Amino acid sequence: MYALQGGESIPVVDPSSADGVFALLWLVVALPLAGAAILLVGGKYTDRWGHLLGTLLPIGSFVISLVMFISVLGRDDSDRQVMQHLYTWIEAGHLNVGMDLLYDPLSALFLLLITGVGSLIHIYSIGYMAHDPRRRRFFGYLNLFVAAMLMLVLSENYLGLFLGWEGVGLASYLLIGFWQHKPSAAAAAKKAFVINRVGDMGLSLAIMMFFVLFGSTSFSVISSAAGNASETQMTVLGLLLLLAACGKSAQFPLQAWLLDAMEGPTPVSALIHAATMVTAGVYLIVRSNFVFELAPNAQTVVIVIAGISILWGAWIGCAKDDIKKALAGSTMSQIGYMMLGAGLGVAGYAFAIFHLLTHGFFKANMFLGAGSVMHGMDDDVDMRHYGAIRKAMPITFLTFAMGYLAIIGFPGFSGFWSKDKIIEVALTQNIVVGLVALLGAGVTGFYMTRLMLMTFFTEKRWSKGVHPHESPAVMTGPLVVLAALSVLGGIMLAGEWIVDFLQPVTGVSEHEDPPIPVLAVSAIAVVVVAIGVAVAWFVFGRHAVPREAPRDVSFVTRAGREEVYGNQINDTLVVNPSRHLTSGLLVTDKRVVDGVLTGGPVAIGAIATIARRAQNGFVRSYALSLLGGALIVVLALLAVNLT
Amino acid sequence: MIAFWILAPIMTIAALGILFVRKAVHAALLLAVVMISLAILYAALDAPFLFAVQIIVYTGAILMLFLFVLMLVGVDASDSVVETIRGQRVAAMIGGLLLGLVLVIGLGQISLGTAVGLDEANDAGNIQALANILFSHYVFGFEVTSALLITAAVGAMVLAHRERLTPKSTQTSLAAQRVRDYAEKGTHLGPLPTPGVYARHNAVDTPALLPDGTPSEASISRVLVARGTVRSAPALADDITVIEGQIGGAPHAGRQSEAPATTTETTPATGGDHQ
Amino acid sequence: MNITAYVVLSGILFTIGCVGVLTRRNAIVVFMCIELMLNATNLALVAFAKQHGNLDGQIAAFFVMVVAAAEVVVGLAIIMTIFRTRRSASVDDASLLKY
Repeated sequence: MYALQGGESIPVVDPSSADGVFALLWLVVALPLAGAAILLVGGKYTDRWGHLLGTLLPIGSFVISLVMFISVLGRDDSDRQVMQHLYTWIEAGHLNVGMDLLYDPLSALFLLLITGVGSLIHIYSIGYMAHDPRRRRFFGYLNLFVAAMLMLVLSENYLGLFLGWEGVGLASYLLIGFWQHKPSAAAAAKKAFVINRVGDMGLSLAIMMFFVLFGSTSFSVISSAAGNASETQMTVLGLLLLLAACGKSAQFPLQAWLLDAMEGPTPVSALIHAATMVTAGVYLIVRSNFVFELAPNAQTVVIVIAGISILWGAWIGCAKDDIKKALAGSTMSQIGYMMLGAGLGVAGYAFAIFHLLTHGFFKANMFLGAGSVMHGMDDDVDMRHYGAIRKAMPITFLTFAMGYLAIIGFPGFSGFWSKDKIIEVALTQNIVVGLVALLGAGVTGFYMTRLMLMTFFTEKRWSKGVHPHESPAVMTGPLVVLAALSVLGGIMLAGEWIVDFLQPVTGVSEHEDPPIPVLAVSAIAVVVVAIGVAVAWFVFGRHAVPREAPRDVSFVTRAGREEVYGNQINDTLVVNPSRHLTSGLLVTDKRVVDGVLTGGPVAIGAIATIARRAQNGFVRSYALSLLGGALIVVLALLAVNLT
Repeated sequence: MIAFWILAPIMTIAALGILFVRKAVHAALLLAVVMISLAILYAALDAPFLFAVQIIVYTGAILMLFLFVLMLVGVDASDSVVETIRGQRVAAMIGGLLLGLVLVIGLGQISLGTAVGLDEANDAGNIQALANILFSHYVFGFEVTSALLITAAVGAMVLAHRERLTPKSTQTSLAAQRVRDYAEKGTHLGPLPTPGVYARHNAVDTPALLPDGTPSEASISRVLVARGTVRSAPALADDITVIEGQIGGAPHAGRQSEAPATTTETTPATGGDHQ
Repeated sequence: MNITAYVVLSGILFTIGCVGVLTRRNAIVVFMCIELMLNATNLALVAFAKQHGNLDGQIAAFFVMVVAAAEVVVGLAIIMTIFRTRRSASVDDASLLKY
């Protein structure tokens, strides 16, 4: 352990070998992977039962995760890190990478979230994708995603994490573009993939730097040797990891892909682009705490990025009429909170993970609820065509309301506890950051209330021929479970349990009191949120919502609809220069390079056109040339011999 | 050296003749002159075996082969000495002269000294000495040469062989064809006229004259036509005055045109001069 | 005795054969000129055999004759074949292999 200022210390990853129930650790990854293999290789022969198998296998993983979680609860704090060595993955010279799985409190929570929420979303998808002819393939991709995500959170080294990281990127690409017949979906998938590559470049550079600095990518080796590196090196590493996290977690400036990613089927948006994959960036930062704790500058950058993302996402969420895109903006904003927590250091890691879990519950809940609404509204996503759905879809409404109350931080609901804690820590560390977080909470209240009102309250604005109806039980069941988790998720904070549980990973922090009493912080937060809700009520609840989006709107709204010009910024700064560079290179290649290469042959061809006249086909002409040659030889011989 | 000084100009002139004679047969005969002269020179150079071989193989076999192929190929325009490739003849002459000059001058520069002579080598007889070397030192080359000859013989047979693509025509089919030609094109059914008939010269190069006095192309071989050795009807007419002069008769009264002239000439019943 | 005269004669005959090959169009006459060139070399070989006092030159001349015989056989067969298809013995008519 390395002592830091303020009596904090970084815990070293030092796992014991897997025994007992932990010997089944590999199965957690292997089950969904096998599912993906069977469903994707088996082809149409698995069409009939593929979705059932694809649902059962993540449930199996969930059961194993649950058993291991219970088992780990029975252990001492110091004994809660377990490593399973499967085989040597790469062995070349000094480079030795094992296929090692690490089970510690952090991955334990992630395992439960991924397999738990994942299983619920699988069940939900049985109903949601019932009429899709390619449902079996969908489940294959979902299983592939679950396996990759589990690999990401279970790996004991950065290279294994990178394997899972790329795996989820692939699954995300495949699922966003699942309806590839839609050009918008195909483009969105490509966009997500390309933007993620930018982040992946950061991660791969970081991994190479780990190799160079520590000769290994293993968490245990790096965490125990982290103090040997200089602060500059750690800062560079931290920034590279942050770049990776920004790409995967859709944080500023790599956020542009997330809204387009809503082109995928709604369960995908719920599972990948809300609950699990996009939080991988937060996981990466928390997991790399031994880097960030030694790089305060990188932590500051994390906080700045997080603050920008909170407001940026909230801004988008306020302006979008597409229910899924509004939720996506919200996701970006909420992940900003997690990043904020993670950037705040030892004091914030546990709360970042806590918010990650509760967000996983209520955002999955709301996405699935949105999917349920879309299911009833003939796949219309425009909230301006909704209104008064609460009566038509009561279960969806109620469960969605639980998620809504959780995300705005209604006292007692899970989001209240988690967000409140982050705001509190932020206020403690830096008053500006705390105020940004508070402002974000208020805006959250505004846009979520807007979404809620436009969808479930106000008057009917349905299109002709649309008859909303409640979704089947296979879809509402997961909604109910997730709603319950949204309400009760806060229980994890009871007695600071989650903080203690995560201590072996995140370390111990001295509790610092905020500048104002904790209760006052909570009260202020609630008041800010209430103001946001009230504003939304005055704007949307009291006036009729027009069915078409008004055109004469303020700059703020227009910018929000344009996703705060993120795409335009990308186009201006990256896409168009690259395009011009490419076309310039193309012209150079065609004119200059090809010109040089083909110019020679062309010249030779021109010479040959002239020279071939000598090949006139007359044997006597050739004989004449022969005579000339012989003459020259004889002359040369004479010249040599007679001189 | 007496033989050399006699033969050398003959050979040179004969060789130059090959360049300039129009007919291939003449070229072959001139070549024969060169080769036989060479054989004599071989004898003078103490090579009696080569003397015999030169006459037997070269002059006897190879040149005969040339003549045989000449007979097969016949005579055509390739005998013409008009040059068709522009500049070829001038360039060839210049190149040849240069080569000759260089060779002669170059060889003249070399002082070879007195020849050793073959008296010692030919001590046991030229043929025995040659056989000694050929079947000891050069035996491998000798065997290879035999393989070459076999290959050449087979190759010549393969090249000269012609696959018959249509069935051989029989007397019956030829007769049927002639009748068919007569029916369709009016070709004369009977045999072709013989040359020289009704002519002053009873020879194959003289066309037969038809009753109206015109020469019949069908009566002479087309090979003779191609060679240009056929005597033409006007040429025949030219002879008439000569012959008339010989027999002392007055000029023929009716000789306004050539054709009637020949007709009267060759028809004793119409002309009274002969009687 | 001096063989220079023989060798010079050989060179003259060779040159004449050479010019013949270049100027005559009848393939058979061209072939005759080639034979003339071969014979000219034979003369030189035999003369040099005399000069050096051993029979290797005569053996070489003998081999040249054999090869010439083989060459004439095949060459004339080729001329025959060309004549059959093209009705011409002119070396200029067989000029399809060109640009």
